[in-house]
Amino acid sequence: MRIFDPHIHMTSRTTDDYQAMYDSGVRALVEPAFWLGQPRTSPASFYDYFDALLGWEPFRASQYGIAHHCTLALNPKEANDPRCTPVLDALPRYLVKDSVVAVGEIGYDSMTPAEDTALAAQLQLAADHGLPALVHTPHRDKLAGLRRTIDAVRESALAPERVLLDHLNETTVRDALDSGCWAGFSIYPDTKMDEDRMVTVLRNHGTDRVLVNSAADWGRSDPLKTRKVADAMLKAGFDEDEVDKVLWRNPVAFYGQSGRLQLDIAAPDPLHEGNSILRGGE
Amino acid sequence: MLTTREELDDRLPGAARAWLDEALAEAAHATDRPDTGTGTPDRPDTGNPPSGTGTGNPPWETRFASAGRHCGTEHADAVRALLLIEARPAAPDLARLYAQGTAAERRAVLLTLHRLDLGSAALTLVEDALRTNDTRLVAAAVGPYAAAHLDAHGWRHAILKCLFTEVPVEAVAALADRARGDAELARMLHDFAAERTAAGRPVPADLRTVLALTATPAAAPTEES
Repeated sequence: MRIFDPHIHMTSRTTDDYQAMYDSGVRALVEPAFWLGQPRTSPASFYDYFDALLGWEPFRASQYGIAHHCTLALNPKEANDPRCTPVLDALPRYLVKDSVVAVGEIGYDSMTPAEDTALAAQLQLAADHGLPALVHTPHRDKLAGLRRTIDAVRESALAPERVLLDHLNETTVRDALDSGCWAGFSIYPDTKMDEDRMVTVLRNHGTDRVLVNSAADWGRSDPLKTRKVADAMLKAGFDEDEVDKVLWRNPVAFYGQSGRLQLDIAAPDPLHEGNSILRGGE
Repeated sequence: MLTTREELDDRLPGAARAWLDEALAEAAHATDRPDTGTGTPDRPDTGNPPSGTGTGNPPWETRFASAGRHCGTEHADAVRALLLIEARPAAPDLARLYAQGTAAERRAVLLTLHRLDLGSAALTLVEDALRTNDTRLVAAAVGPYAAAHLDAHGWRHAILKCLFTEVPVEAVAALADRARGDAELARMLHDFAAERTAAGRPVPADLRTVLALTATPAAAPTEES
């Protein structure tokens, strides 16, 4: 089984996690730029973080046989801090980098005017740079936040099929899929979603345009949740091809829209007969 | 050894060759105005990446950043080296390019330093790379430029760094010349071997290779770098 975790904050994880992820089948991941738990106080702090996502962290991942890509952005929380917003001016020089496969995480936290401004500006940056966008949906007032997010996407230059709406649940999945965007689900030990609820969502809404991630970070989270969802799918009667679609082909198709995915991973037989190397946006 | 332009032309598909032609032409005009993303009367904005992306840096630097996806990661070092040789950035610009670069871009800068007539002005980049634990950067840092410009103390620590991080010492340029007769390096290697032995850990085979080189008497100084 091959697994692509489309949203995980490896900077906050250990080498034991990398090993366990590899042993579970994880061969590729995307690390979105986000809040560090401790608020940043200057743009320079972002730049060191972005540089780490383009330098040290891919090296760490490579030591464990895992391909590392990232998404970069000013996150929703810190879009509200005027000490941090100059990051928006520096993003263009980061968004041209080879391993940046989307703009993200962007979106809403508290749905403030400052968040409106940062979201619109960064959706435009994504369009300018030929990149898709990873959009976080808010934890508080989620359904209203999702609808406001979809409105922002509609008003942007970015087509919905180039947008991944993340942290969805039972109350937001229908609107998200109806919008034409991709639908992301973060599986957590206590909050957001769990693997059995995820299986039910897949039963009710199908596997098209659906991605599953661990969103593991510095909080209580589990970098093996992607594998646990795969196992729960198999147990519930989904076949291996459907598992491969949700846990590998869907994230490859979404981020492959950047034209920047580099995946030299052997494909399991017989899903891709005669094609042992999967690379680029295939 | 970096791939030459002729070798690259043989290996790159047509679209990548055309991209490289355009990139090298832009690098040849490296002193042109920065890419503001809005266009100017004499340089209309195409709105089409990689030009017109508003990075604030010269357009060839956007080519430098995007070489992997346009020419393939296996050719990115060679393509970036050709761009650097064509653009000939001054040391401060090169330092900025390195500082703003991904690990892959930094590696390409390090691999090309000895081709850029910089004197010792870029030594800080080698020192920066040798402070990392990224073996791709450490290996690129111990090339001909380091052999020519690192002082004895810095060079000896670079050798130890290779042994610690398991970068093969074949990556070290002019290894035999600089190690020859270096009694202080020999002492450091003996101490490292003793520490490993005391810990019950194996002594790297490369350590013995370098140690043997230090035992050769020093020759008269040469111009070779």
